[in-house]
Amino acid sequence: MTGHRLPGSLRLVRHLVLLLGTTVMLAPFVLMVATSLKPKDEIFATRFHLLPQRLGAAENYYEALTQVPLLHFLLNGVIVTAAIFTLQVIVNVPAAYALAKLRFRGRTTLFGAVLVCLLIPYQATALPIYILFYWFGLLNTYAALVLPFTISVFGIFLMRQFFLGVPDDLIDAARIDGMSEYGIVWSVMAPAAIPALVAFGIFSVVAHWNDYFWPLIAVADHSLYTPPLGIAFLKLNGEGTAYGPLMAAATIVIAPLVLAFLLAQRRFVEGITFTGLKG
Amino acid sequence: MADASSRKASLPTVLLLTAPAVLLMLVFLVGPLICLFVLSFTDYQLGAPSISLVGLANYAEMTGDETVTISIANTLIYVAIVVPASVALGLGAALLIDADGSLRGFYRAAYFLPVMATLIAMAIVWGFMLDPRIGAINFGLKAMGLQPLDFLNDRKIVLFTLCGIGIWQSVGFNMVLFMAGLTAIPPELYEAAAVDGARRGGARFRLVTWPMLAPVTLFTVVITAIRAFQVFDTVAVLTGGGPNKASEVLLHTIYSEAFGYFRVGYAAALVVVFLGFILVLSAIRVFVLDRRRQAQ
Repeated sequence: MTGHRLPGSLRLVRHLVLLLGTTVMLAPFVLMVATSLKPKDEIFATRFHLLPQRLGAAENYYEALTQVPLLHFLLNGVIVTAAIFTLQVIVNVPAAYALAKLRFRGRTTLFGAVLVCLLIPYQATALPIYILFYWFGLLNTYAALVLPFTISVFGIFLMRQFFLGVPDDLIDAARIDGMSEYGIVWSVMAPAAIPALVAFGIFSVVAHWNDYFWPLIAVADHSLYTPPLGIAFLKLNGEGTAYGPLMAAATIVIAPLVLAFLLAQRRFVEGITFTGLKG
Repeated sequence: MADASSRKASLPTVLLLTAPAVLLMLVFLVGPLICLFVLSFTDYQLGAPSISLVGLANYAEMTGDETVTISIANTLIYVAIVVPASVALGLGAALLIDADGSLRGFYRAAYFLPVMATLIAMAIVWGFMLDPRIGAINFGLKAMGLQPLDFLNDRKIVLFTLCGIGIWQSVGFNMVLFMAGLTAIPPELYEAAAVDGARRGGARFRLVTWPMLAPVTLFTVVITAIRAFQVFDTVAVLTGGGPNKASEVLLHTIYSEAFGYFRVGYAAALVVVFLGFILVLSAIRVFVLDRRRQAQ
């Protein structure tokens, strides 16, 4: 698929059109990084230069990291996304295995429920869950950020589809060796399902690292802020026009995912699209 | 289904495997959904000591609530602009990228980057680029001899500005869906079309590519529409629904009613309306998926 298939003139047109699009797609990223490197007087200058004439990176990044505890927010982001994904695996993989490979009463009902729940956008359940947490005094805790996402009907669906394709011989052999069903899930099925788990992991981490709606509702305490809450706070409550530090903060917040994406493009594209099922 | 050798499992085994998921499903999906419908028929306010049933009063109030009517209208306009634009651009990008091998990976990565990047951070970057005094876009307009625009504070254009950001963010997502669709088209079809005289790009597209992509297109339209209905981040951080409700959208109205005014009952009724829109779209999606599966 890598060879040239177009005649010369059309190849040029293709590049021109695609480069125009690329400029639009990448412009915000380029401007963000460029501005994060500029001193204040250049950002507010009446003449526009894309590249900084003098370097103001040190003060911008220093401000971004000290005006709000940005590193702490990043740490929260890591804790929350890691906890969500770990619990999602523990909760949903065994259920997916049961739905794919075991016969039991209520299996059809359970799978039907999974399919119906797939249609529910998470914003629809946010309000009742907020009230539930309010009653139980769980608002403003890490638990509030993590618990609602521990069940992932999408994860169950995805893993079940994958497990259906795992040969039964593998499972039967493990049973003959005397392994329990629960043991089979973790020592036979999970290792066989690494590609699906990676795709689901990327989907989950991207979705929850970037999520703004639920954390905005669930926590008010700054010490629990995730990166999106942190940067929105910097924008809305800091000096709204301190663009240098703001762009530095934006660069820091998107850097982990963007770097991971550039390193493992194919996996990311797969993870996000074949999970495109979930709107 | 591959049931032939699947094992009849004992109750303790089944419980061990499925009970956590079932329990959490009841607590965080089924239960909240039932509560949502019940709440939408009450006057519950967060922190209020009493709660009483008010029948359809919340739904009746909606029809006369200017904020809600504007909000629903804005959301529909947003969806009606973002969906066709980002699907068409996504298809165009996919066809162009797929047409030749050169710089394929670079283009795909560039177009996909906005899908990955934290939207709330990128919205803030857009806010900076759209700044009426020092934003890059207005520098560009001035350089072309045009009047600078106050993209986020002019009520006539603010919604379209947000549409632009929405399109920018979803083109790459649609592009990769279309690229997957293109890879699935068997090359023999193009050969057959060439035998029938369809050698040029236009004819090939009309006879082979477009019909073969039709199911993917429908699927992409529905998914993009569902995502567009959920627009919230850009509004929350850039405009707060303003100026004068010109960029108020459904999720933002729900958020304000529930967590700004704590009118839970009314907000719940609004969520039911939001859910209604999503479910209609989802029904189409299920229908499409079903047809795709049968077609395979």
